[in-house]
Amino acid sequence: MDDLLAARSQMAMSLAFHIVFAAIGIAMPLLMIIAEWKWLRSKDEIYLTLAQRWAKGTAILFAVGAVSGTVLSFELGLLWPHFMGYAGAIIGMPFSLEGFAFFTEAIFLGIYLYGWKRVPPRAHLFAGVMVAISGALSGIFVVIANAWMNAPTGFRLVDGKPVDIDPIAAMLNPAALPQTIHMTLAAYAATGFVVAGIHAFMLRRDRNNRFHRAALAIALVVGGVSALLQPLSGDFIAKRVAVTQPVKLAAFEGQFQTEQSAPLRIGGLPDENARVTRYAIEIPYALSMLAYGDPNAVVKGLNDFPRDEHPPIAIVHISFQIMVACGVAMMLVALWGAWRYSRERWRTRKATKDARQGSVDSKHSSVDSKHSSVSANRGWLDSKWFLRTLVAAAPLGFIAIETGWTVTEVGRQPWIIYGVMRTSEAVTPMPGLVVPFVTFTVLYIFLALVTVWLLLRQVAASPRNPEPRAREAQLAA
Amino acid sequence: MPLETIIAGVMVASLVLYALLGGADYGGGVWDLFAFGRRAREQRELIAHAIGPVWEANHVWLILVVVVLFTAFPPAFAVIATALHIPITLLLIGIVLRGTAFTFRTYDVQHDAVQRRWSLIFSIASIITPLLLGTTLGAIASGNIRVEDGVVTTGFLRPWLAPFPLAVGFFAVALFAFLAAVYLTVEAETRSLQEDFRLRALLAGVAVGVLALIVFVLAGTGAPTVRAGISRSSWALALHILTAIFATGAFFTLWTRRYRAARFCAAGQVTLILLGWAFAQFPNLVEPDLSISSAAAPQITLQLLLGALIAGALLLFPSYYYLFRIFKTD
Repeated sequence: MDDLLAARSQMAMSLAFHIVFAAIGIAMPLLMIIAEWKWLRSKDEIYLTLAQRWAKGTAILFAVGAVSGTVLSFELGLLWPHFMGYAGAIIGMPFSLEGFAFFTEAIFLGIYLYGWKRVPPRAHLFAGVMVAISGALSGIFVVIANAWMNAPTGFRLVDGKPVDIDPIAAMLNPAALPQTIHMTLAAYAATGFVVAGIHAFMLRRDRNNRFHRAALAIALVVGGVSALLQPLSGDFIAKRVAVTQPVKLAAFEGQFQTEQSAPLRIGGLPDENARVTRYAIEIPYALSMLAYGDPNAVVKGLNDFPRDEHPPIAIVHISFQIMVACGVAMMLVALWGAWRYSRERWRTRKATKDARQGSVDSKHSSVDSKHSSVSANRGWLDSKWFLRTLVAAAPLGFIAIETGWTVTEVGRQPWIIYGVMRTSEAVTPMPGLVVPFVTFTVLYIFLALVTVWLLLRQVAASPRNPEPRAREAQLAA
Repeated sequence: MPLETIIAGVMVASLVLYALLGGADYGGGVWDLFAFGRRAREQRELIAHAIGPVWEANHVWLILVVVVLFTAFPPAFAVIATALHIPITLLLIGIVLRGTAFTFRTYDVQHDAVQRRWSLIFSIASIITPLLLGTTLGAIASGNIRVEDGVVTTGFLRPWLAPFPLAVGFFAVALFAFLAAVYLTVEAETRSLQEDFRLRALLAGVAVGVLALIVFVLAGTGAPTVRAGISRSSWALALHILTAIFATGAFFTLWTRRYRAARFCAAGQVTLILLGWAFAQFPNLVEPDLSISSAAAPQITLQLLLGALIAGALLLFPSYYYLFRIFKTD
């Protein structure tokens, strides 16, 4: 393994590892504050238990995310010193802002995790809101820096050196808005689906467990809404890529020939030697339509770009197909859930109406409605196949995130700054880079195994009906 | 004062805060390893209780130093990351293991054997990390990282694998252990635990003194420019006297069991040591080839960064104060 490949592998592995924890760090606080807010409103202890259980899992994941993020901030220099020496003045700004966002996140997470008994409930919820906001902002700032690598702006090149640097213009690069929206939604969708999958799995064995029902409902709403919005943001980002990085778009689609009215390829295997993508299902006009909003638009093919500026086409195309497939599947699951939920709402409303008209026993129904926050939704989760589907769909979001970043990063190759600096020019002169690559890989595999093991223990210890109060007391002790 | 000097000052301030806050968290790990006697378990619990809510926030000071370094002084970051690739990589492994082992220990099974295993990783990483951090800073001060046309010419071992940087590493470990022990005397809730950490603070204080002397002697050949700065500059004598006052004060107050005063003196002592190093190295960022002005980013970047630092500080310090008020006052 040569040093450039080792450096790229180490960076890819570090990013692929960190992104899981980063995405969870963005989305879990939102789930926690929804649960806590529902507890404050309904005084239903089950939501407090839920917020506290989720907080425990988040504590483990956040710690791993914090340290693996630190590793990345150093690795930028350890592996790509020439890139940082060149670009630091231009895109250091979003990293500095991220520093403060992360600071805020760490401070209020400390208060959130350890402050259950030390601060009043509203202050505690406020700490959670701060964690959720600053967590989302951290992610947004880092993605802005990445977007600049795809669509570098905010400087002029004179004799290969950047002059007239404008860090604000660099932050407002054309890829920034679509990429930040896409990643933020992805974090909520992926995390929502994983959490929903876990609670759906537990619910399959213990159908009336109110704890898991409440958890599943919150996770599914957050994940489902994001999954429904994600295709729109995907369309936005693809249209932007078509303008800023046409060679990347061609690699997404395995489009070798420049073509008017280009078809959208679903699946398929690009053959880089024969310059053709085989075995794909082609939808006529669809690519021209999706990329440019015009069925007759010309889509530039890979053959029109110099060969030494091509990314690895097969990896990019296949990753792109997997990402889109996962996104579509999640959208369909979300639609199914939305349909089940609205049907249930409609039935409940009708039943309440009938009961109000027909029944004299109003005392009973008022007692029932007190618990409506959880039990009115009964029904929409009560389907063996729906729960099974949720379990199966649990990993889809994270598969989409991993393949999506593969598309973004591998699709930018051979450039580290698109059109400006090649990855090979940025790498450190340090020899033997395979050693840190292997070391960090082993270390991260170990951390991943321990994390999964500890989370499984948390899930296995989750409360059973009907004694949430007793469990709560036990937790607090 | 030029903008780049102000920002370099902010970096030094962040580093001081990292030492005072994050450093003490590493020091806590050191005392976790050396917890013994009948109260070993109580000592470990006190340490875990003290660092649990705050270590992640304290750790961000280091990240702030790094992002300010690569935004405001990109060539210096490139040179440091190239020449010190090996110690920084090891430092990162230490950071990863310290943080994760601490968290895993909190959430893993409460069996003694399991807990001991995580404790061991946590505490050893808590020693190795500051050792490498000190070594890295020592190498930057040593003058053994040479740069020609932006290219490091002194290889990947020579700048840091030398007596002076390694001595600075051990000095950092002792300083952090000293800080932690002093802080823990204030946070201990029983008399006997207070006595345990008072004794440790006094011993660590002696170690700090001895290692300071060793570092100073080794600097004669290991970091001649910085040592010249410490020995001969106009401000040097005043700084030495002030540091000596704080060091003596720390010992005296520990001896007489005035722990809050001891905490103040110890923090002052550590602050002055770091300031002494920063003044001695001024105006160089990496001795001797990269200065604050030669490595500085364009003015527009520095202006925006300073604006961000001020705005960030306005958000950060009240939040930080709130965090410490919640967990550090009883």
